Amino acid sequence: MIAIVDYGVGNLFSLKSSLDAIGVDACVTSDESVLRSADKIILPGVGAFRDAITKLRESGLDRVVVEEAQNGKELMGICLGMQMLFEKSFEYGEWEGLGLLKGEIIPLKDFVPSELKIPHMGWNKLIFKKDTPIFKYINDGDAVYFVHSYHAVGCDDSVCSTAEYGREVTAAVSLGNIHGCQFHPEKSGRVGLAILKAFCEKE
Amino acid sequence: MITKRIIPCLDVRDGRVVKGTNFKNLNDVSSPVDLAKFYSDNGADELVFYDITASAEGRKLFTDILRDVARTIFIPLTVGGGINTVDDFDRVLKCGADKVSVNSGAIRNPSLISEAAKRYGDQCVVLSVDVARVDGVFRVFAKGGRENTGLEAIEWIKRGVDNGAGEIVLNSIDTDGVKKGFDLEMLKAVSDAVSVPVIASGGAGCIQDFVTLFKALPKVDAGLAASIFHFGEVQISDLKKELAQNGILVR
Repeated sequence: MIAIVDYGVGNLFSLKSSLDAIGVDACVTSDESVLRSADKIILPGVGAFRDAITKLRESGLDRVVVEEAQNGKELMGICLGMQMLFEKSFEYGEWEGLGLLKGEIIPLKDFVPSELKIPHMGWNKLIFKKDTPIFKYINDGDAVYFVHSYHAVGCDDSVCSTAEYGREVTAAVSLGNIHGCQFHPEKSGRVGLAILKAFCEKE
Repeated sequence: MITKRIIPCLDVRDGRVVKGTNFKNLNDVSSPVDLAKFYSDNGADELVFYDITASAEGRKLFTDILRDVARTIFIPLTVGGGINTVDDFDRVLKCGADKVSVNSGAIRNPSLISEAAKRYGDQCVVLSVDVARVDGVFRVFAKGGRENTGLEAIEWIKRGVDNGAGEIVLNSIDTDGVKKGFDLEMLKAVSDAVSVPVIASGGAGCIQDFVTLFKALPKVDAGLAASIFHFGEVQISDLKKELAQNGILVR
């Protein structure tokens, strides 16, 4: 079973529906024992970094997610959930992340050319950077749906795909059992469902 | 770079899609769920659901249908119609909408935009504007285009963006239903004035109209249409092919 971490941030309806659509047994949970016994964990997230990481810590589930990931359980962070996997974020201040991946989160406005609109929102094409099991059903150049104003840098060891937005923006990361999508697979049509399917099937 | 978006718009009244359709392989053409799935499977980049129901029962039915649609399609979904309060935002977002479009509700209460943007983020708030020329001036119309508010359109739109609208749907009343192409002059005025995405609406009659739109106005992010898609006059897959052949980036 796949456990979607519910720590009171955002709407998990679409994510749960997308897993239902690919025939995966998934549950939305804030129960530690369910997360411990799940085969895999998905960490979603929307909104501001500080609010999300604070709520995750208050729920006590941050510790569970980190321990399970360190014990080898497959983990996928989505959007802000991916950003939280890193060491820290510079979104309105400086905030400590879960530290499962090396790198930090910086504002896109300081990274991409100033004439480009922020947030980076819409369908953009993936540029593959390295092989990853989560992309086994999709192709280089497939488009996925992004909505974000911050992205990960200093993550050369984990980045598996970027998207071109004036400069190459970090789109997805994958290192061992830890994966993350900056875009929304649950809103990325067939391609997004194929990424979720590959993650859920991963041995 | 970001691709140009093609967005079918579905008007829903009392739980059914209003405009008739004639798709093959689609049994119930006025079922919002079936039609949404058809578009999603056939290359639509996003869907707009517009609730034109008047009754409370109809509204409940609409939210039930919205939940079914959101369960069925996995592309972004924008919902509009009858959005007057932040509670209305909450109601449709909980049913799986990604963005919420405000129009008359924001004219009656301009702080609706800022309140919603603060709570849900700018990217969630779409300002939809119905505009017509009156004595050579772009004026904002309310109540589905029936009432001239006297507001000057560019000022109103800039104010909306300053208050937190993350996207503009510009519907030209002058070209709507005419099927002779989008209102390029009006769209240029708006896309030059704001830095958020602008969605063109009103006037698309054929594939070439979309090619002309994106070639003439590279700042316009998306094209929205209803009847030409519903009546099968334009297939989204053909449209995308033609756009790509003209050097316009599409998914």
